Amino acid sequence: MMAFLLENKNFIAQLLLIGFVFQVLQISAAVLVYFERKIAAWAQQRYGPHLVGPSGSLQPIADIVKLMFKEELRPRGADTFLFYLAPILSAAAAFGAFAVVPFGTSTTLFGLLDKPLALEVTDVNVAMLVIFAITSMGVYGVVLAGWSSNSKYSMLGALRSSAQMISYELSYGMSLAAVVMLAGSLSLRSIVDAQAGYWFHVIPKWYVFIQPIGFFIFMTAGVAETNRAPFDFPEAEQELVAGYHTEYSSMSFALFFMAEYINMFTVSAVATDLFLGGWHGPFLPSWLGWAWFLLKVSFLLFFYIWMRWTLPRYRYDQLMEFGWKWLLPMAVINLLATAGIVLGMGW
Amino acid sequence: MQSFWPILVLLGLGLGFAGGSVLLSQFVGPRKPTPEKSAPYECGVPPVGDARERQSVKFYLVAMIFLLFDIEVAFLYPWAIAFRTLAWTGFFQIVTFFLLLVTGYIYVWRKGVFDWSGERHR
Repeated sequence: MMAFLLENKNFIAQLLLIGFVFQVLQISAAVLVYFERKIAAWAQQRYGPHLVGPSGSLQPIADIVKLMFKEELRPRGADTFLFYLAPILSAAAAFGAFAVVPFGTSTTLFGLLDKPLALEVTDVNVAMLVIFAITSMGVYGVVLAGWSSNSKYSMLGALRSSAQMISYELSYGMSLAAVVMLAGSLSLRSIVDAQAGYWFHVIPKWYVFIQPIGFFIFMTAGVAETNRAPFDFPEAEQELVAGYHTEYSSMSFALFFMAEYINMFTVSAVATDLFLGGWHGPFLPSWLGWAWFLLKVSFLLFFYIWMRWTLPRYRYDQLMEFGWKWLLPMAVINLLATAGIVLGMGW
Repeated sequence: MQSFWPILVLLGLGLGFAGGSVLLSQFVGPRKPTPEKSAPYECGVPPVGDARERQSVKFYLVAMIFLLFDIEVAFLYPWAIAFRTLAWTGFFQIVTFFLLLVTGYIYVWRKGVFDWSGERHR
């Protein structure tokens, strides 16, 4: 047994890393819920959660335990199998999408491993396509939830959210294609490595400086993809109650919530890798690169939450028209212009 | 190092966690259904009819245009990888491809598929 462990150290380390990423994603959802409520409270000049644990930091755990012991309601006429499948599918897709996102250089765990272990669940050369494939599965969760609940609010909410998600997916994909062209690779690790170094010793070679429009399109589409404010139509309480998860309660409701926060985390992590240079940054040694990565992701997440409590919600027709009439042409022009400039300058 | 199995492991962990927590809440949560509680939510009034009715044709149109443009995006990725070797030939080929799609795009725009506000613009 011991010999087997020693021979397959890297395999075991890889398995442990997967478990670690899985835990971090779960914890990130809890931390995000806490900070969302705290930042909302600061924005609205109230305390926010402050009773459970120091400054209310154990509130998300209390919430999960509470939700666990709540009654699971299932509306009459609901399709039982699909009704339970929908939240599970949403959560699984949210976890799986992070599999190809690198968050640091490689480590040997202070010489414990023979080969360096890359800080990422797996490095595949079609990483970007994998992210697309898995995040698109989230739409199934939304549609199935709305259809299986057999409630009018759920149905309308699901239709709207899914139409919104697929509309913005196009601009999302095209803004990424511009980055793929610059880096010449679909692997996120190669894209991050292409952003190492500086121009004139001061400006980091991050793609956000070459692709500011691409970054804007990506972030806007990312916010719409994750159904967050100002595009949070599933939560347009005045007209749709709670959208596609109106009929959900207990843990299946918690799973939808968790999936939303993990998706936010993934979008921020992908944006960091693609546009903000991933783990590259000054002052820190390269093995501490994950700290830079975490810092950049936290900044983007703060921006996400900040935006939610600052901007009013769009109207549905404004949202669809913005996506199709502005963002999509902008993404196409950005893409072709990038291609033309790269070819013309001979980069 | 090309390995896809870790993605499946992570997906499996997610499925297991989600399935497990739904299953667990079935056991530890109370279950006292009443006709009122298990009625679909309709702001307090008794629900009328079935929710799975016919929906606005707009949603189907959006789905169809999405399919067209999504295939376009799928075509873009191989080109985006190889566009340095294809150089200007590839560039003008993709521009031609875009022009074909833009024709359709202008057509559906003029037909009012992107107008959601109710009043028809022609």
